[in-house]
Amino acid sequence: MTGKRLVVVGNGMVGQRFVEALRARDHDRRWQVTVLAEEDRPAYDRVRLSAFFDGVSAEELNLHTPDDGVELRLGETVTGIDRARQVVTTAAGEHPYDMLVLATGSYPFVPPVDGAGLPGVFVYRTLDDLAAIRDHAAGRRVGAVIGGGLLGLEAANALRLLGLDTHVIEFAPRLMPVQVDEAGGAMLRRYVEELGVRTHLGVATTALRPGPDGTVAALALSDGATVDTDLVVVAAGIRPRDELARSAGLSLGPRGGVLTDAACRTSDERIWAVGECAAVEGSCHGLVAPGYAMAEVVADRLLGGAATFPGADTATKLKLLGVDVASFGDAHGTTPGCLDVTFTDPATRSYAKLVLSDDAKTLLGGVLVGDATAYPTLRASVGGPLPAPPLALLAPAGGAGAGAAALPGAAQVCSCNAVTRDDIDAAISGGACDVPALKTCTRAGTSCGSCVPMLKQLLDAAGVKQSTALCEHFDASRQELFDIVRVRGVRTFSQLVAEHGRGRGCDICKPVVASILASLGTGHVLDGEQASLQDTNDHFLANLQRDGSYSVVPRIPGGEITPDKLIVIGEVARDFRLYTKITGGQRIDLFGARVEQLPQIWRRLVDAGFESGHAYGKALRTVKSCVGETWCRYGVQDSVGLAVALELRYRGLRAPHKLKSAVSGCARECAEARSKDFGIIATETGWNLYLGGNGGFRPRHADLFATDLSTADLVTLIDRFLMFYIRTADRLQRTAAWIEAMEGGLDHLRAVIVDDSLGLCAELDEAMARHVASYSDEWRDVLDDPERLRRFTSFVNAPDVPDPSISFASERGQPVPVRGGPPPGGDHRRQPVTLGMPEVRR
Amino acid sequence: MTDMMTLEWTAVCGLDRLDHERGIAALVDGVQVALFRTGDELYAVDNLDPVGGAYVMSRGIVGSRGGVPTVASPLHKQVYDLRTGHCLDLPGVALPVHQVRCRDGLVEVRLRREE
Repeated sequence: MTGKRLVVVGNGMVGQRFVEALRARDHDRRWQVTVLAEEDRPAYDRVRLSAFFDGVSAEELNLHTPDDGVELRLGETVTGIDRARQVVTTAAGEHPYDMLVLATGSYPFVPPVDGAGLPGVFVYRTLDDLAAIRDHAAGRRVGAVIGGGLLGLEAANALRLLGLDTHVIEFAPRLMPVQVDEAGGAMLRRYVEELGVRTHLGVATTALRPGPDGTVAALALSDGATVDTDLVVVAAGIRPRDELARSAGLSLGPRGGVLTDAACRTSDERIWAVGECAAVEGSCHGLVAPGYAMAEVVADRLLGGAATFPGADTATKLKLLGVDVASFGDAHGTTPGCLDVTFTDPATRSYAKLVLSDDAKTLLGGVLVGDATAYPTLRASVGGPLPAPPLALLAPAGGAGAGAAALPGAAQVCSCNAVTRDDIDAAISGGACDVPALKTCTRAGTSCGSCVPMLKQLLDAAGVKQSTALCEHFDASRQELFDIVRVRGVRTFSQLVAEHGRGRGCDICKPVVASILASLGTGHVLDGEQASLQDTNDHFLANLQRDGSYSVVPRIPGGEITPDKLIVIGEVARDFRLYTKITGGQRIDLFGARVEQLPQIWRRLVDAGFESGHAYGKALRTVKSCVGETWCRYGVQDSVGLAVALELRYRGLRAPHKLKSAVSGCARECAEARSKDFGIIATETGWNLYLGGNGGFRPRHADLFATDLSTADLVTLIDRFLMFYIRTADRLQRTAAWIEAMEGGLDHLRAVIVDDSLGLCAELDEAMARHVASYSDEWRDVLDDPERLRRFTSFVNAPDVPDPSISFASERGQPVPVRGGPPPGGDHRRQPVTLGMPEVRR
Repeated sequence: MTDMMTLEWTAVCGLDRLDHERGIAALVDGVQVALFRTGDELYAVDNLDPVGGAYVMSRGIVGSRGGVPTVASPLHKQVYDLRTGHCLDLPGVALPVHQVRCRDGLVEVRLRREE
């Protein structure tokens, strides 16, 4: 180690970003970096902190990637700086530095009122804070947030998600006073109150009062009113953490913060400050984007550059309580002589204001509430000419599309990462041909993500087209083929490929068309030509295993099974010598069946009342459940009953990918419903519906879609969700990816299946009704039909000879395939045929 | 150099037992053969998937790639030229090809074996 010693105090978002920026450019390892972090977990995404209450785990919020050039010391709080000796002190010892960077962030301001220290009063800053709020909220009824700004509304939403009746107390006469004007605040208040959040505006909290158990029980307000509450979150602003700098004798800003020049250098030339703790030329900044800019400046300076802080873009776009709110530039119209264009639409409940220069030619800033689709274009246009007439920009969906292509090269597309249109265009010329590639090479869209729609538009503007052709046989996408089949009533693959494609098809398009035909309810999957389209799993209604044998999964709806049926499964497995394993979906998988055994096995299963579990199909697999209120001390609804009903309703439904579901009987979520395509969690009064989760290679938690639904409303929403998915998703696109790729995401989905914005709901409902009415068990149908049965043969010319290559060893008392690579070429084929496994005949 | 030994024609089954655009397995002189009927043509290759090591080729999906008749392994989807047995995805991998014909409604196979 020959580098000079760099010590970074703080591992928040900005501290982490600074270290990454430095390391990315410090090719010669000029700096040996030590990071001292107060929290015991590495940097995480505080901007998305509230996602923790949506079930996003601490790991998913992690921003830290290990770097062998950086020593990260967690839980090591710095207690002092000795500038003379160039040493920082912690409880564990001393760290000498050549340069020191302060990235200590800020702390939540708690007003000095009586009772602010009571149990049950929290701040909203760290993951530990959120975990404490969640724990305290359990079993309690009412919560209050002091502060109606950006963070306060986030906290209010969190309390709502935790099931509390929520109050917001704001000293200013409107919500989000820093970002929005009076009219925008009024629109915002309407939204917020419709969600059941009660707002108390223009009042201060004068005291917090305890109840008999010593925890907080009420708030006293300056207008004399009292709000009874079981929990209080204080979100009344932040203050820079400048105490280290203060005691080390560094200069501070007029309103606190470590005073720096435009290079982020403090009054000690060996000490720098970045992020919320810094007062750059006297001003503190509480957003992440200016913090990132400071991080870049100091990284550049430490490597010999001359960067300066460009000033802060205070533009903000957020979704608060489901409402889009955006504010950018001179939102309050403080520029002398400026003009306002305002637009209020009670029908779509949106409010917009643009602030223009006195000649109405230059955009200075604006406020959007309700519909913020124009935000990326507008924000990028601040300081420049309007990309379109004001009303055209503000008309629903008008701005975003028209504007992006018209943006000047210097306009910032991604303000979080300071990426300009020129940067994006350069990346596109360099070969980036989709959004993920742009994210990788420019970092645009990797922080708040609000510019992702613009990235797509810029790709379009550059003439980059992603092919949607399914394969060489069809130019159409799966969705287009679905519509062709549905609208034109095409019933066979040969007709479809002759009229709308070319060639003979392949292992990509044939199963897709088979799935589409099956989704549209055109008879048994093994009827006529349809049989030839099926993947081997669908062809034999069983799952192909590595040795050429198959596994069998009978349906066990909701995981509920009678002892008698359980015994039948055991007897079948014993008699056919099948390896038996319990699956993750609460059913039983029987392995090692040969093709010709499948009908014999299913004859016995069907006779005992079992039916196909569709484990072989891109179809509904299982609806898992916890035991629910019938037995469980905590359950609040009959989760098993609902799971059985849902599984029976959607059984056999063919889809672009497999579908999984689960129902939990209470918020403890034992059924792991949020890892499913559609998950249901019981509440005291109904069901919460979560959509778009999955396990697998890229695990993802489902998003909360609707709350406290009746069973009938729940089923209607799931019906429409599934049918809309089946109709519009790509091949092998799971629901999570489908929603992510959807323009407008979950909100668009809600518009389509709740508000019927496309006028599709009746069709979707009818399609599901048809599916439910036409369901019949595929295996029973096969057993009843000699034509379909004859496919289940080992050899066309020797049906009595089982496949001699399938043989078993024994492991832990069960049969398992004999392992080994492919038999050596040549000789194996002339060895005598040994019939490994005795045939079971009944 | 390998010598090829060509054996006799063996009748396997009636043509009607072969579904259009699909395969079926046959056992010919102890060798597992995958038979396919696509368009007006019949093809026969080894049933052994040379990549996956299981006897499953007859259960693959039949199709075409750039006009070449193909079958895809049902295990890991490698695509083979049904005429030559060559794998179109993995150079150097191939399925042994056998001769097949239809006589008087009967499908006949003649094995080709490496000696």
